[in-house]
Amino acid sequence: MTATTVASTRAAPTPGADRSRARARGLLLLRRLGSAVFVLWGTITVTFIVLSVLPGNRATIVLNVQSGQTTVRTAAEIAAVDRQYGWDKPVVVQYFDYLLGLLHGDLGVSWQLKRTVGSIIAEQFGPTITLAIASLLVAWILTIPWTLWTAGRGRIRGSIGSAVETIAAGLPQYWVGIMLLLVFAVNLGWFPVLGGTGFAGTVLPVFTLAIPLAGFLGQATRTEFDRAVRQPFVLSARTRGMTESGVRSRHVLRHALIPGITLSGWAVGSSLSGAVLVESVYGRPGLGTVLVSAVSNKDLDLVMGIVILISFVYVVVNLLVDVIYTIVDPRLGGTR
Amino acid sequence: MSASAIGTRPTPLRRRRTRAALPVSVIVAGIVALFFVVAAVFPQALAPRSPLSIDLLNTLSGPSASHWLGTDDAGRDLYSRIVWGTRTSLLIGLGAMAVSLVIGIVLGFASALAPNWIAQPVNRFLEVLLAFPVLLLSLLFVALLGPSAPSLIIAVGIGSAPGYARLIRAQALGVRESGYVEAARALGHTSRTIFAQHVFPNAFRPLVALVALGIGQSVVWASGLSFLGLGVAPPSSEWGVLLNAGKSQITTAWWLEVLPGVAIVLVALSFTQLGRYFQDRSEGITR
Repeated sequence: MTATTVASTRAAPTPGADRSRARARGLLLLRRLGSAVFVLWGTITVTFIVLSVLPGNRATIVLNVQSGQTTVRTAAEIAAVDRQYGWDKPVVVQYFDYLLGLLHGDLGVSWQLKRTVGSIIAEQFGPTITLAIASLLVAWILTIPWTLWTAGRGRIRGSIGSAVETIAAGLPQYWVGIMLLLVFAVNLGWFPVLGGTGFAGTVLPVFTLAIPLAGFLGQATRTEFDRAVRQPFVLSARTRGMTESGVRSRHVLRHALIPGITLSGWAVGSSLSGAVLVESVYGRPGLGTVLVSAVSNKDLDLVMGIVILISFVYVVVNLLVDVIYTIVDPRLGGTR
Repeated sequence: MSASAIGTRPTPLRRRRTRAALPVSVIVAGIVALFFVVAAVFPQALAPRSPLSIDLLNTLSGPSASHWLGTDDAGRDLYSRIVWGTRTSLLIGLGAMAVSLVIGIVLGFASALAPNWIAQPVNRFLEVLLAFPVLLLSLLFVALLGPSAPSLIIAVGIGSAPGYARLIRAQALGVRESGYVEAARALGHTSRTIFAQHVFPNAFRPLVALVALGIGQSVVWASGLSFLGLGVAPPSSEWGVLLNAGKSQITTAWWLEVLPGVAIVLVALSFTQLGRYFQDRSEGITR
């Protein structure tokens, strides 16, 4: 889908004056920024609304989670907890309190761990974001040679290439993780089974996320590669006597990368949430592990904080991708 | 055109004709999908042994003639457990697909065809929802509803709905701008007639492909949540549950981790392949 939108929005470059173009670009960036801020506010609001309709009494859940029992609580006990967390106030007031807190970097308190959500996130974010970014890089490192080697080179190679991509993209992350763990850690013993967050323990989790991701990126890149290889500029490069591999890597590839780069914003978001599964497979500490235990213990402030953080990263990365585009490729401006 | 000069790809016309002759991959995918559908409907026909019967003399034994896919730590036959678990896994996938399709159709059509004062807010709302990765949105609803099969259906359904809404929106917009709708408008048909006779059927038909694509994906997500211990509870032999149970024996009994995963992968790939095939055949779907 992204491939077609990107391709169809390329309008002919207008020959207008540089200054008006710069102004238009500035306005465009401002509009993108505005919509990113809106989406962020929206994700916070949606998350808040979803979690505030929780069935059952919150204070009872908190007390039961903290004490490990399931009993009916007295009104006095409930009132104390309600006052402590501000749940005696109307929901609207709670909502604005939460927003105000967010602006000051206050994400609330985890009921289960009895620490501020901010400090938990600060501690666990590092390993998870490392995992997400490293897997995006590795996915690109897998995708580019694969595309150069198989795309636009006749039907047989092309269909083998795209079959491999389809399979890779369809593999569930957790199962890839299990297979890599079995082969490279249990059988071959190249990597530790319980890796931790050091380098040796990070290799397998990174590949676990990177392999399905490379499948998606490869699909997008191949579509555009097949389109670009038939463009007139390819013919013109060939008539100038450029070698086949030169044409492919210098001219065609550059065009083919665009839709894949657009997908990279999505990819970071999906790796961050995929980390939930991967961290569970490898017993690796990080945001995902914390999120799973927060979800199963109904530790809602912590769930909310992590969900908002991941959407925040997602929105920011997408914004960056947009900004880079308007700078690198002025043709893409405006219509998208 | 220039295709012959550069010589890279057959013309679109020839590609269309070869598609008509059912590719091997689609036949294979169809057979695999059929196997799992039969397993879901008549598990006793494929696996006569009970998935719960315990054989304490044969605990954690590898694949053999008597236990095709090996046994787990209680000596339960893994093949039977996978076959009997098919129903739960596929039903959850089907249910989640239905949930997300309904939400996707409502939001997608509303944002494409409704009057502006409805379409604009819906559009913005969709934009917000699309900022949640599927798994994250699903986890949010699991946190709300607690782990169980029905909440898995709702959570995965809602989680994947925004993506479908976007596809359906693009589809509906495409149909709205098409020549035949313009012709119908020029003929003086009311907008209700145009929607019922032209827009809805034409925007809806390609969704058959989406259903097939969606079931595979839903099974993957739902099993993923069960694998995390946030889905169906253990006595069930839903595939994610099997994976979760085998996790502690990964160093000694590989089959407990690999084989339920193979079932998930086979379902995902075969349904996706079928979906792709329908998608390519139905004209005009926006990808």
